[in-house]
Amino acid sequence: MCLSVPAQIIKIEGQMADVSIGGALFKAGLQMVENVRVGDYILLHAGFAIQKISEEDALETIKLLKEMNDLENIQLP
Amino acid sequence: MSELITLNHGSGGKQAHELIRNLFARKFGMPEPMTDSAVIKEQGIELAFTTDSYVVDPLFFPGGNIGKLAVCGTVNDLAVSGAVPKYISASFIIEEGFPLKDLEIIADSMAEEANRAGVRIVTGDTKVVGKGKCDKLFITTAGTGFLRSGFEHISTGKKIITGDRLIVSGALGNHAIAVLGARNNLSFSSSVVSDCASLNNMIQSVLAECHQVHFMRDLTRGGLAAVLYELVQISSSGLIVDEISVPVEDPVRGLCEVLGFDPFYLANEGKILIVAGENEYEKILKILRSHPYGEKAALIGEVTALHKGNVILNTTSGGKRILDIPSGVQLPRIC
Amino acid sequence: MKYIEEYRDRDLIMKLADHIRQSAVGRYSFMEVCGGHTSAIHRFGIPSLLPPGIDLISGPGCPVCVTSADFIDRAVSYSKKENVIIATFGDLIRVPGSSSSLEKERSKGADIRIVFSGLEALNIARSNPEKIIIFPGIGFETTAPGTAVTIKQAKEAGLNNFLVLSAHKVMPPVMDAIVREGIRLNGFICPGHVATITGSGVFGFLPEKYDLGCVIAGFEPSDLLQSILMLLRQVNRKSPVVEIQYTRAVTLTGNAIAQRHLSDVFEFTDAEWRGFGTIPDSGLRLKKEFENFDAAKRLPVTISHHNDNPSCICGDILRGLKKPYDCSLFRKACTPENPVGACMVSAEGTCNSFFKYVPDE
Repeated sequence: MCLSVPAQIIKIEGQMADVSIGGALFKAGLQMVENVRVGDYILLHAGFAIQKISEEDALETIKLLKEMNDLENIQLP
Repeated sequence: MSELITLNHGSGGKQAHELIRNLFARKFGMPEPMTDSAVIKEQGIELAFTTDSYVVDPLFFPGGNIGKLAVCGTVNDLAVSGAVPKYISASFIIEEGFPLKDLEIIADSMAEEANRAGVRIVTGDTKVVGKGKCDKLFITTAGTGFLRSGFEHISTGKKIITGDRLIVSGALGNHAIAVLGARNNLSFSSSVVSDCASLNNMIQSVLAECHQVHFMRDLTRGGLAAVLYELVQISSSGLIVDEISVPVEDPVRGLCEVLGFDPFYLANEGKILIVAGENEYEKILKILRSHPYGEKAALIGEVTALHKGNVILNTTSGGKRILDIPSGVQLPRIC
Repeated sequence: MKYIEEYRDRDLIMKLADHIRQSAVGRYSFMEVCGGHTSAIHRFGIPSLLPPGIDLISGPGCPVCVTSADFIDRAVSYSKKENVIIATFGDLIRVPGSSSSLEKERSKGADIRIVFSGLEALNIARSNPEKIIIFPGIGFETTAPGTAVTIKQAKEAGLNNFLVLSAHKVMPPVMDAIVREGIRLNGFICPGHVATITGSGVFGFLPEKYDLGCVIAGFEPSDLLQSILMLLRQVNRKSPVVEIQYTRAVTLTGNAIAQRHLSDVFEFTDAEWRGFGTIPDSGLRLKKEFENFDAAKRLPVTISHHNDNPSCICGDILRGLKKPYDCSLFRKACTPENPVGACMVSAEGTCNSFFKYVPDE
C-alpha cells in the first residue's frame, strides 16, 4: 500500500529506534520486528518499523535485473 | 472561490494566485503581469518597490529567524527585478507577552543581514496586540531600490524565446524542511539548515557581465513548481525539465520520501530561477558557482515550442510526466 | 539512499522496458490496488515506458478514497466538540464529507492536528489529560498493526482520553469483489507493503478461484517494471500463480508479530467502501476488551446519511470500469482544491494522479 521507506537504524532505546534516511532522522517503533541491530535497514511506515529488509534478497533482485541482458535471447516471451 | 479563506490561500499555489488576481489586483487596478516588485517611473527616476509579510512559525529555525527572513526576502524581491536594493521599512505586530530578549535577537539579525546586503532599514512601526490576537510576532516590510535601465524584461519575461535554458542557483527545499523540523511535532530531526540569504550581490555579479538573462524569479512559497508555472503562463511556451539535474540534498530527499512531499513544491528562501539565452547559460552558471550562495547552481531544462502551457518532467528513471501547478499546502501522508 | 536509488537506475529501467516490449504480444489489463503503486506509476512516468497494448488500471487501493462520507461526517462531528482534539494522518484532512471536511472545520477553529504516527497521537493524549484525543484509523493491513500497537500502549498506560475511530480495512475481500464485478483483467499487481504484513499466501485465491495470476510488487520503478514483466510472462505461458517480486520485504507468511498485534486488538466486521457499498468481513473494529478506546462505543454521534453526488463516478473508477476523463465532473467541478469524490482527494487517488500527471490530450 503505502509510503514505507527503507531506513537505517542508528540507535535503539528499548522499543524505539532512531532511523536515518539520507541523513534525516525519524523515530520508529520496533514493536513489530525482532532481532534488529544498529546498522540494519527496516521499512519505516507511519512511525513503525514494519519489516527488516533482507539485504540478501535485495542484492539478489539487483543481480537478476542486471543479468537480464544475458538471458534475453534464450527466454520465451 | 470558496467562501472562507483557508491555509491553501496562503501557500503560493493556485488559490493564492486566484485570490490576489481576482480580489486584490482587480479591485486595486494593479497592472498585469504581476511581478515581485512594482516598477515606478517618475520624473526620470525608475524605482522598484516591493512589500512582504513574514509570519513564519516557528520564529527561530536552523539557519535563521523571522527577522533575517524579512530582510533577505525583501532584498531578493528587489534584486530579481534588476534593482539595486537600498532602503527597507520594517513594521512589527507583537503579541502581548512576547519576550524582549527574543525581540532583541531578531532585531540584531535584521541589522546584521541588512549590513551584509548593503541595505538600510530606515523606517518602521510597532504595534502590540492582546494575547492570542496574533501568533507571537508578524513582520511586514517594504523595500525600494533603483532600477537599472534595460532590466525590465527580467521580471516580465518579454525576451524569453525557445531554446532558452533553465538554471536554478542551488539545492531545493532546505528552508521548508528546516522550518518543518523546528516545529518538532512530526517526529523527525535533521541537519538541514534554511537557505535564507540575501542574493543581491550574486545577482548583480550576473547582471553586470551577462546580457542574455531573460527572466529571473526567486523561489519562495510554492517552490520551483510555482515559478515554472508562472513561466509557462508568461511566455506562452512549454518547459522541459530533467528531474535528475535538479539539485536536492540527501536529507531533504529522505524526508520527502517519508512524508510524501515533492521537492519541487517546497519553499526556499535563498534560491533563484534564471532563464538564460542558450549562448550565455554556461557563463551564467560559472558566475553563480563562484559565489557562496550559488555553488550548486545547475542547468535543469529548457524552454520549448512544444507542450505549450505545460511543464514536462523527464523523470530520473527515464519516463515522462507532467508537473502540475502547486495547489494548496502539501500534507504529510501515510499512503 | 540505499535500497532506493539502485532501483531507479536509468539503464536498468530501459533494459526492463525493452524486455517488456518484447514480451507484450497482445493486449493486457493489469490492475493495481495500492495507492502507493498508483502514485509511483505516475510519478516515475511508467506508462510512458510501456508499449500501447498494456493497460494499467488503478483499483480501490487508496484507503482515503474508499473511506465513506459517513466516516468523515463522524470525524467532523467530533471535531466540533469543545474538548476534543483530532489527531489525524494528513491524508484525511481534505476528504469531503457530506457537507464539510476536517480542513474546513480547522479553518473555523477546531483543534485538528496532523500526525505522522499513532504514537504521536498518543503523546498528544498524554500531554492533554483534560481533552479527548481522537485518532481516525485509516489504512489497510500495512497501517492497522501500528494502530493496534498504539492502542495496546494506551491500555498499558491506563489512558482514558485516547480514542480510535477505526476505518481500517483489509484487501482480499475487495479484490474478490473486483474480480466478480469489475472489468475483465489479466492479472493483479499486488500491494507490496500490505503483503509485507500479511504474507503472499493471502492472495492465493486469485489463481485458485479465478485463474488470475498476480505479482507482489515493490514501489521503485524497476520493481514495477519487473513485476509487469513477470505478469506478462504468466499470461503468455497461461500459468497464473502468486509470485513475489518484492522479495526484500515480502515472504509467504509475512510478519507474524504484526499479525498477532492485529488479531489481539481487532476483529473483522462488515465495512462500507465508498463506491462499492458494504463488503462483508472487510473492515477491522476494536475487540470488546479494548472498547474503552473505541470512539464509536465511548462517544456515539448521530449523523444523517447523505448520498454521494449522483454525477460522481468514483465507484466505477475504483472498479476499473471507467477512467477519470469519463467523469463529467473531472477537471471542472471536481479538482484537487475542490474534490467532489475521494478519488480526487488523496494524492494517489486515480483522479488526482490523472489531474496532475496525465496530459490533457
